[in-house]
This record gives sequence, structure tokens and C-alpha cells, in this order.
Amino acid sequence: MKLTSRKYLVLAGVTLFAAAGDSMLAHGMKQAGHVSLDHLQTLIFVILNPWIAVGILLLLAFFASYMNALSWADLTYVLPATSLGYVLLALIARFVLHEHVTMLRWIGIALISGGVGFVAGGPALTHHPNAPQQGREAADVFAGGK
Amino acid sequence: MKHLYTWTAITVIVFASVVGDVFMSRAMKQVGDVHDLLQRRGFWIVVGRTLSNPNFFLGVTSMAVAFFSLLFALSWADVSLVAPAAASLTFIGNACAARVFLHEKVDRRRWMAAILVACGVALLAD
Repeated sequence: MKLTSRKYLVLAGVTLFAAAGDSMLAHGMKQAGHVSLDHLQTLIFVILNPWIAVGILLLLAFFASYMNALSWADLTYVLPATSLGYVLLALIARFVLHEHVTMLRWIGIALISGGVGFVAGGPALTHHPNAPQQGREAADVFAGGK
Repeated sequence: MKHLYTWTAITVIVFASVVGDVFMSRAMKQVGDVHDLLQRRGFWIVVGRTLSNPNFFLGVTSMAVAFFSLLFALSWADVSLVAPAAASLTFIGNACAARVFLHEKVDRRRWMAAILVACGVALLAD
């Protein structure tokens, strides 16, 4: 199955929205301060923080993109293909949030990039010879005939 | 005790995340290629088919269990241990579960990708 440019955009969206959303949450929670387990209800008010609110919206966009991708690609394709989000997050942490990134972390980033490279060149979807087409008919095959 | 709680919680996170991802993938495959559906049937059909799929709700429930287990684990251990440990083990777990339950073709290329990413994520910790 050849990936259209729109589908590449969806994969990019999964990566970018996850990294951006997590960064917003990280920044917002730093502003909010430590949350004590005795006062978990403060987590409810924390969503009023604009960074947290934007972060939640971005993570909702991530979730929508993720479900979109899973509708036309294998799980074991989507996960490595979008793990560049970890790399992006580390870069944001270093250059935007000014966190310290150790040498071991840079090596970790290199390994992740290698993993992405491995999977990106291959097919996105396993061909199931018994499945007539995607959609309701395929549901019978995937659900084991239930 | 702390060690036991932490690693039990991490195990629950990994198990629930993998189960959630498998159900979510199964649900979205049953819904069908979203791009095709959007063109042919429209946005609300896609939403309706997703929300009426039981696998979708099982997936979301499992992900909720994973999330609360994460909160529990974080009350006992540092995020710099819990997050990479859970994420990298989830990668490997997903590769195995996808092969067994989703019948995905997890060839040598995808195993290498899973292992490389899992090691890379683990190294992102302190």
C-alpha cells in the first residue's frame, strides 16, 4: 500500500502533536508546582492554566491522528514510525525549556532515529489474504468470526 | 516494599498500555481507512462507527487503567525511572501482542526497530 502525502502528514501529526502537547504540559506543571497526593483535586484546577489547556488540546489532536493512522497501518508500523516524537521532545527540552540533556540521552536519540529508519522503509500494513476488504467484513476476520 | 510496588505498577502500566493499543488498533481497522470513509461517507459516519465499536471502549478503558497505574507508580518512584521503563517495555510488548493478536507481520526489520527504539527510550532516562 503506497502512502499518500496526506498519510505521511498524519504520521507527522502523531509525532508533532505528542511532543508539542507533552512540552506544554511540562511547562504548565512547572508553573503549577508539586501536586501533593493529599490534594489531588488541585489537578482539576490545573487545567485552567493556559499551557495545560493548550497541551490537552494538542494531545487530543495527537489521539485523533493516532486513531487515524491505526485505521490504515499496522500498530508495529505506527509506533516506531512516530517515535521521532521522543527525539523532538528531547530537542525541545534542551533548546526551548533549557533542560540538561546528557550524552547517554543523545545516544538514546540516535538509537530511536535508527529504529525509525528501519521501519519507515518497509510496508505499513500487513496484507491479510482472508480479509475481503477493510470495514465491516474485515471485522469478522479480525474478531475471530464472532 | 517500594521496589515491589514500583515494578508491579510498571508491569500494570505496560500490560494495560499494550492491551489498550491492541484494542484501539483492532477497533480502527474495523472502522476502516478513515481517509476513504471521510471522502465517501463524511466525518460523522467516521465518528459514529468509532464510538459504536466495543473494541474502542475496551481500548480507552485499558488506557485509563494504564494512566492511573502511572500516577500510582509516580507516587512511589521517579518519573525518570517509570516513564522510560514503561515506554520501552511497552514497545516490546506491543510488537509481541501485535504479532499474536493482530496477526501483523512483524519481520526482522520491525523487531530491530522495536528493540532500537526500546533501548533508545530507556537511555533517555537519567
